[in-house]
Amino acid sequence: MEIAANLWLGLQTAASFVNLFYCLIGVFLGTAIGVLPGLGPVATIAMLLPVTFGLPPVSALIMLAGIYYGAQYGGSTTAILVNLPGESSSVVTALDGYQMARNGHAGKALATAAIGSFFAGTVCTLLIALFSPPLAEVALKFGPADYFSLMVLGLVASIVLAHGSLLHALGMIMFGLLLGLVGTDVSSGVARFSFDLPELADGINFVVVAMGVFGLGEIIGNLEHEEGRSVMLKKVTGLMPTRDDLKRIVGPVLRGTGLGAVLGILPGGGAMLASFSAYALEKKMARPLVPFGKGAIEGVAAPEAANNAGAQTSFIPMLTLGIPSNPVMALMIGAMIIQGIQPGPSVMTEQPALFWGLIVSMWIGNLMLLVLNLPLIGLWVKMISVPYHLLYPAIIVFCAIGVFSLANTPFDVYFMTVFGLLGYIFRKLDAEPAPLLLGFILGPMMEEFLRRALLLSKGSPLVLVTRPISATLLALSAVALIVVLTPALRKKREEAFHEEE
Amino acid sequence: MAIRNPKDFWTGIIYLVFGGFAFWIARDYGMGTASRMGPGYFPTVLSSLLMLFGVIAIVRSFIVPGEPIGKFAWKAAVLVLLATLLFGFLIIRGGLIAALLALVLVSASASDKFKFDWKATLGLGLLVAFCSLVFVKGLGVPMPLLGTWFDS
Repeated sequence: MEIAANLWLGLQTAASFVNLFYCLIGVFLGTAIGVLPGLGPVATIAMLLPVTFGLPPVSALIMLAGIYYGAQYGGSTTAILVNLPGESSSVVTALDGYQMARNGHAGKALATAAIGSFFAGTVCTLLIALFSPPLAEVALKFGPADYFSLMVLGLVASIVLAHGSLLHALGMIMFGLLLGLVGTDVSSGVARFSFDLPELADGINFVVVAMGVFGLGEIIGNLEHEEGRSVMLKKVTGLMPTRDDLKRIVGPVLRGTGLGAVLGILPGGGAMLASFSAYALEKKMARPLVPFGKGAIEGVAAPEAANNAGAQTSFIPMLTLGIPSNPVMALMIGAMIIQGIQPGPSVMTEQPALFWGLIVSMWIGNLMLLVLNLPLIGLWVKMISVPYHLLYPAIIVFCAIGVFSLANTPFDVYFMTVFGLLGYIFRKLDAEPAPLLLGFILGPMMEEFLRRALLLSKGSPLVLVTRPISATLLALSAVALIVVLTPALRKKREEAFHEEE
Repeated sequence: MAIRNPKDFWTGIIYLVFGGFAFWIARDYGMGTASRMGPGYFPTVLSSLLMLFGVIAIVRSFIVPGEPIGKFAWKAAVLVLLATLLFGFLIIRGGLIAALLALVLVSASASDKFKFDWKATLGLGLLVAFCSLVFVKGLGVPMPLLGTWFDS
C-alpha cells in the first residue's frame, strides 16, 4: 500500500501544529477576502503571497492552497447572500442560491454549498493522491521537446476553454510570453527589454503583474458602476438541510464532482468552466418540476461541488508536470519558484513531504472550511456589509505594501500602477487578461525547453514532430485549434459560456 | 471605411504597438543559430506573432461589427493610479505614515460616495496603525515610519 504510506507521510507533515496553523490562517484569510465582492481568487492570492515568503516552503504552499479554496468558498457565500458573485466561478451559484436566500432559505443554501464542496474536495484529494504518481512517472520520461509541446498544448487548451474572443486570447498569451522574457537571458546573459534599469535585470515579478492587472484593474472597473449593495438578511437561520433536501442533492453533487474533476485537469478549465457546465448538465438532467432559477437546491449543489472539484484537480497538472492550468496555478508555480523549488515531476520524488503534505492539507483545509464557516457566517455577513468605498482604499494599501515588500523598492509599486492601467484598458476592450498571466509564467520555461530541444537535435526543428510524445501533444493542440475554429462548435462554445443569461 | 468594432480595433493597435516595439528592441539581440538559439530568437518570433494578431484584429474590426467601447472611468482610473504612484514616491522619502495618508485619501476620492467624516478618519487611523504594527514591526518590511524628509 504505497498510497497509504504516502498519505501517512502527508498527514504527518500536514498535521504538524505549525502547518495546521498556517492552513487555518490561509483558509480564514482566503474566505474573509473571498467574501468581498469584486476581488477574485487571483487577486486574493497575489495580495497575500508576500506574507508567505518568510515561511518554510511547505507551510507557504499549504497556506496558499488554503487561501485558494477559502476564496472559492467565500465567493459562493457572497453569491448566495447578495447576488454578487465574489468571483467568476460562483456566477451560477448566484442564480439559484440568491433566490433561495430570498425565499428565506439562505442557511440551507450555504450549508448545501459547504457540504457539496466538502464532498467534492474529499473525492478529488483522493484522485490527486491516486493519479499524481503515475502521471509524474510519465512526465519524468519527457524530454525538452516534449515539454515544449506540452506547454503549447496547455496554452492552446486554455484558449479553447477560456471564454471571450479566440484572437484576443492568443494575443494575450503572446503578450504575456513577451513580458515573461523581460530580464536577463539565462544562457547568454543579455539583459532583454530592461532599458538599463537594474530593477528589470531580474525580470518583472509576477506578483506585480497579477496585482496590477487583477487587483488595481478590477478595482477601477468596479468603481465604474458603483452601486449600493444591501445584504438582505442580518441573521441566517435554519442551517441544516432536511433529509428530503439531502436526498435531492445527492445526484447533483455526484455529477458535479465528476464533471468538475475532469474539467479541472484540463488546462484553462479549472473552477469556472466546471461550475458553468455542471449547472447546464443539471438543467438537462433534472425533472421538469425542479424550479431552476427560482431557488432550486440542485442549482446550488451541483456548481458548488463542481467548482471545488475543479479547483482541486487543477493542482494535478501543476504538481506533476509543473504546468499551470489557470492563473491561480500560475501564481502557485511562481510561489514555488520563489521558495526555491523547481516545479515539475521531480517535486514528488525529491520533496515527498512537501508534495504529500500539500495534498493532505487540502483535505484538512476543506474540513476546516466545513467546520468553521457555517458558525462564522455572521462574521462574513458583517464583512460583506462593509461598503465598497471604505473597502477598496484598504485593498489598494495592502497591494501597495505587498508589492513594495517583494524587493523593498518603490519601483515595483510604479510598475504595478502601469499594469493596473493596462488591466483596466484590457477590461474595457473585452480582452480577457487571464491568458496573459499563463503566458507570463510559461514564457521563460518555453524558451528554455525549446532551446535545449534544438541544441539536442542540432538545430533541427523536426525534433518537435519526430518524438512521439511531442508529436502527439502538438497534434492534439492542432486538433483543438481546428475544432474550436469550426463555426458550429464555436457557437456551442459561446452558448456554454452564456448559460447565465 | 468605418471602424465597425472599436474594441477589436484598439486591442489590435495595442498588440501592434507593443509587438512592434518589442521587435524593434529585439533586433539588437543576437538571433543565434538554429542549434544555439540566441537571446533575440524567441522575442523576435513572439513579437512577430503579436503584430500578426494585431493586424488581424484591426482588419477584422473593419469587417465584423461589434459593440462600442463603454465609457472610460477616467476619474477613478486617474485617482487610483495616482494614489499608488504617490505611495511609491513617498514611501522612502516621506515614510509609511505619509505614504498611506496620501494613498488612502487620493484613492478614496475616486468614489462618489466617499465623505471625509469621523468614521473615515477613524478607519484611516486604524489602518495606519495596523500597517505600522503588522508590516513594519511584525513582518519587518523595511519601510521607515517617518522617511528621509524627517531626518535632520
